[in-house]
Amino acid sequence: MHDSGQAHHRNLIGRSLTALRRVGCGLVVSSLTLFASTSSFASLGGDLNSVLADQVQFQGSLKLTQMGSYQVHEIRMQTATASATQARLQTGIVIREYVSPAGKVFAVTWQGEAPPNMRQLLGSYFQQYVDAMKAQVSGRPGRRPVLIVEPDFVVQMSGRVRAYAGKAYLPGMLPSGVQPEALQ
Amino acid sequence: MRAPVKSHVTLAIAVCCAWGLTLGCGGGGSSSQNASQAPIPTSGQNVQPIVVNTGPVGNYANGAFTSVTVCVPGSSTCQTISGVLVDIGSVGLRILSSSLTLTLPQQKAPSGDPVAECLPFLDSYTWGPVESADVEMSGEKASAVPIQVLSDTDFSVPSGCTDFGLQSADTLQALGANGLLGVGMYAQDCGGGCAQSGSYGLYYECPSSGCQPITEPLSAQVQNPVALFATDNNGVVIELPAVNGSEATLSGSLIFGIGTESNNGLGSATVYTLNSDAGITTEFNGQSYPNSFLDSGSNGLYFLDSAATSIPDCGDLTYFYCPANVENLSATNTGGNAASAAISFSVANADNLFNSDPNDAVFSQLAGPNPDSFDWGLPFFYGRDVFTAIQNAATPGGTGPYWAY
Repeated sequence: MHDSGQAHHRNLIGRSLTALRRVGCGLVVSSLTLFASTSSFASLGGDLNSVLADQVQFQGSLKLTQMGSYQVHEIRMQTATASATQARLQTGIVIREYVSPAGKVFAVTWQGEAPPNMRQLLGSYFQQYVDAMKAQVSGRPGRRPVLIVEPDFVVQMSGRVRAYAGKAYLPGMLPSGVQPEALQ
Repeated sequence: MRAPVKSHVTLAIAVCCAWGLTLGCGGGGSSSQNASQAPIPTSGQNVQPIVVNTGPVGNYANGAFTSVTVCVPGSSTCQTISGVLVDIGSVGLRILSSSLTLTLPQQKAPSGDPVAECLPFLDSYTWGPVESADVEMSGEKASAVPIQVLSDTDFSVPSGCTDFGLQSADTLQALGANGLLGVGMYAQDCGGGCAQSGSYGLYYECPSSGCQPITEPLSAQVQNPVALFATDNNGVVIELPAVNGSEATLSGSLIFGIGTESNNGLGSATVYTLNSDAGITTEFNGQSYPNSFLDSGSNGLYFLDSAATSIPDCGDLTYFYCPANVENLSATNTGGNAASAAISFSVANADNLFNSDPNDAVFSQLAGPNPDSFDWGLPFFYGRDVFTAIQNAATPGGTGPYWAY
């Protein structure tokens, strides 16, 4: 099982390179270098390299937007078909990673027809998230959205099957003047 | 297995009648009643009884349960499973392996290996094989429906599933139900994304060496059984009576079809189509939240957070609100079609609700946080007829998907 998992992993890399070539040769080279040097693909709390690693891992296209003091790196997995867009159906997954002036990912958001791979997206915060989720589902059963508020780490997840939305951020790393509600 | 359900129906009708008399004598102030709600049909070939009670584990809050009959395809070998949660927030029938005594045919991938699914919900995932069953409710039947059988042991849970970071809902204790009846606004539980690639990590083929992600064609994905009915297949209506405060049990109906029979017309209901965020927009305190939605499978009214509402959460259960006094609030829902109307709702102290009567299962004022949007959960459905139209299905209110109430 471990071996086949690695085979699948290599397959992901192979396919993602095709996608990356469309982005530009320079970026392909730098991404390859970064990928080779990054054994874990930490995103939240990571640096700019981790955004590129995420793009490779999620096989998405990347769009960069400067928002005042910080940057938004948007990764799109799959694209909407025209008919689906007209029907207002959620298609694909859009992940936005927010990078501070200091070059750190201080927030990630996602919206789409499936949730993203959270181990990839939350990086070193993944285990903290898993532990907090265990506490969320203890007690009386019931199905509900998720809000995890810890001093250094906030996660919120909402939506329904085929229309998921969520956000994770590090309150201590929000650039001054940036409110969590502004992270879409 | 239907007999216990019927006894609940009788009890709940008695409770509702008692409440109706109270209201007529000058009570009132219910949070979510709709004075125009017509009598709820309780019988008919497209009428499936539902009941809000504590469910098969005995401690569920605001869960609407029904019974579903599953059969080996093309046979009369069937099992009726009670305590199945009615959920318009998901798609497809999911039954706990531990509640299923039938042996159903396993779906096979082109490789010949068995197919299993990981479906992430918000706070948990379901994992287990995709199997085929005839699904029967009231007088309706869907043949050879791909359903999910929930089990963490039939096949080992793959890393692509555990990487969502969620807890398993594959036991009776965790699910609080024997299964989920997903009758939401889609025909399949994933759609084109899973048909194009395995990258979402939802569908897997499972050779003995371990499960690997696969693409899953639309028709093989776990299906909304309603969309496969021969008739009354364009959507559902959930009808539950109004509730004043809390009750032990509440009876209503899940009605199949929209405008297909004399008992499922839209009547005075307003159609709310989806906006570009695949939701409806709820406006509250001058702010707009376009990711809002209706969900019978959410067990409270989940909206915003303490900072936005000034309502404290409960110290012990941070996923519920615990105001000192009942908060009476209003919001406005607007669809992608610009249809718009105000809603009144109330939020009570969840600790007090749970402690006042341990037999209560119906809480019209149970609420909790959900930053950036409104999740209009089951309390919203009390006193309203809520229509859910399926994607691409023609209805008298237009083509789905939409909600109407």
